[in-house]
Amino acid sequence: MTVETQLPYDRQYVSQYTDGRGEPEWMKNLRLKALEEAETLPMPKPEKTRINNWNFTQFKHDVKGEEIASLDELPEKIRVFVDQGKTGKNLIIQRNHTIAYQSLSEDLKKKGVIFTDLLTAVKEHSDLVEKYYMKDAVKVHENRLTALHAALLNGGVFLYVPKNVVIEEPIQVIFWQEDDEAALYNHVLLVADTGSQVTYVENYISHNTEKESVANIVSEVIANDQARVSYGAVDNFARGTTAYVNRRGVAYRDAKIEWALGQMNDGNTISENLTNLMGDNSYADAKSVSVGRGSQSQNFVAKIVHYGKHSEGYILQHGVMKDQASSIFNGIGKIEHGASKSNAEQESRVLMLSSGARGDANPILLIDEDDVTAGHAASVGRVDPIQLYYLMSRGITQKEAERLIIHGFLAPVVREIPIEAVKEQLTQVIEGKVH
Amino acid sequence: MAGSTLEIKDLHVEIEGQEILKGVNLTIKGGEFHAVMGPNGTGKSTLASAIMGHPKYEITKGSIILDGEDVLEMEVDERARAGLFLAMQYPSEISGVTNSDFLRSSINAKRGEGNEIPLMQFIKEMDATMDLLEMDKNMAQRYLNEGFSGGEKKRNEILQLMMLKPAIAILDEIDSGLDIDALKVVSKGINQMRSDEFGCLIITHYQRLLNYITPDHVHVMMQGRIVKSGGPELAERLEAEGYDWIKKELGIEDETVGQEA
Repeated sequence: MTVETQLPYDRQYVSQYTDGRGEPEWMKNLRLKALEEAETLPMPKPEKTRINNWNFTQFKHDVKGEEIASLDELPEKIRVFVDQGKTGKNLIIQRNHTIAYQSLSEDLKKKGVIFTDLLTAVKEHSDLVEKYYMKDAVKVHENRLTALHAALLNGGVFLYVPKNVVIEEPIQVIFWQEDDEAALYNHVLLVADTGSQVTYVENYISHNTEKESVANIVSEVIANDQARVSYGAVDNFARGTTAYVNRRGVAYRDAKIEWALGQMNDGNTISENLTNLMGDNSYADAKSVSVGRGSQSQNFVAKIVHYGKHSEGYILQHGVMKDQASSIFNGIGKIEHGASKSNAEQESRVLMLSSGARGDANPILLIDEDDVTAGHAASVGRVDPIQLYYLMSRGITQKEAERLIIHGFLAPVVREIPIEAVKEQLTQVIEGKVH
Repeated sequence: MAGSTLEIKDLHVEIEGQEILKGVNLTIKGGEFHAVMGPNGTGKSTLASAIMGHPKYEITKGSIILDGEDVLEMEVDERARAGLFLAMQYPSEISGVTNSDFLRSSINAKRGEGNEIPLMQFIKEMDATMDLLEMDKNMAQRYLNEGFSGGEKKRNEILQLMMLKPAIAILDEIDSGLDIDALKVVSKGINQMRSDEFGCLIITHYQRLLNYITPDHVHVMMQGRIVKSGGPELAERLEAEGYDWIKKELGIEDETVGQEA
């Protein structure tokens, strides 16, 4: 069986689409070139995961969503993701392919922070977006899906934090695929300029348990010298959505990027998180957790590449597997020649809750420099009977004891999520998935 | 009500096919403190684990009855809710679960749905108990036993004992690895539990714990059986003279029963 990637979206469609949105010429050219490249580029080849029968072609590309004047108009299932009155001041809600709600505090506007949807950004800050968009982090021609991403881009946000601006409150985006068949070709471009600091949290939500769709997501995080970026995400696409998620960071001198990713999709998923530590003393901490259930197949890559001297990279992946779900967890620490005194550490652990599930943890260290330190730990196992015994010896039922152990196992990411409402939702999603 | 009664009769226990306990008889009532002493490898910890229902131990013969109920028919959590408690020699570390969440879940498991302990009451009780045990307050928010020192783990076991208020508690080598100050603090906690409603089985191979906690009954275990019982004076004689005189008296050459898990 060959991969069916013939799309109903051709050159004429893309031309009309980009013209209709009034995008600048460079964006139109980039899209059209990408569409051309997509025809010949190969699909990504996730290790040990067969994707040739996954849906990458069935979806609707352009679906409007209703705008809202206030958060009260949101349905309960979406509103619960917002800490109203607390962190909801810097918030974008994207509903299908429409920005339904957008707010940024006056204070941050005055400081020159740009936080807007990507379409507005390419028009109003064309040069700035062009400088970074699919240049230093993710490239258009990496594979067929990155090319299709560039060609069919239909959503996303741009966040720019100027030099030395420190944003205390988290910035939040909710990407809500309300229409069951709407595809998200969604792009997040986050640029933290020299010495700036920002915490960003995103939620992907859909409820299409039956109808099929596609999510093709690229995030690019640029942390310039001394910048600090904390990036939290909860992915929660329903079973019908096939997801390709590519989150990538570039950290320059003394910069720091911390990822906390709750990978809770119910459909087939490829999710890659890569940080390039370009600068000396740069730092990356990549934490991710996931739960696999039903018959879904998932492939996760957490990778940190060290170019700068004294760079530090920490990877933590924890996955819980149940039913007949299958997941591959690849942890890759790569130290390039010249990145002396660097440290690459990683930990991958998989907790198996049923004998029908499959989970592989593959720790990989690739080191081209002598003067470095590195380490890895990996394990695949069941809930420890001695831990269960200990908890049960205090009167806790076996079911509740297992629940505590599982939540504890996934806590490394849950506790890092800086928005209480999102943390609570992630906990509930986990609760719903494992029981 | 005058407290519970735990009756152990002719208990035989195997681990991985090897018989460790070879007929233990012991009755503990509310208000009584019993000490089980003996050299290493005589089956003391096996007795503690078998009562609580450790998954590695198999009961091959005998009975354990708590207030007329068959303990051996109960799951581990049911035993706890029926009133048993084991302060473990090697408590598990559980990452991601805070000490206080764990304790509250344990208390509520016993109280039952709809009768959960009010949060403020829980916090007050926990604070007061931690003060008494001279525990650092941040231990409430640390993950259960993770990175705790040996002494911190023991105090944490006694914290649980005092918060859960069982009818019958078994303390398995609660004194091992404790310095004298910690030993005093832990003993203070255990002594505070003394009442007609509380029975306790203290397992130790050092007499020194019994300088701080006076048992009503002392039992010596060898070769997987209780070979001698007496009052507090028995512990004192063991302190002064060791175990050799008992071995001589009973004609025992090797007191052990293989490895003690």
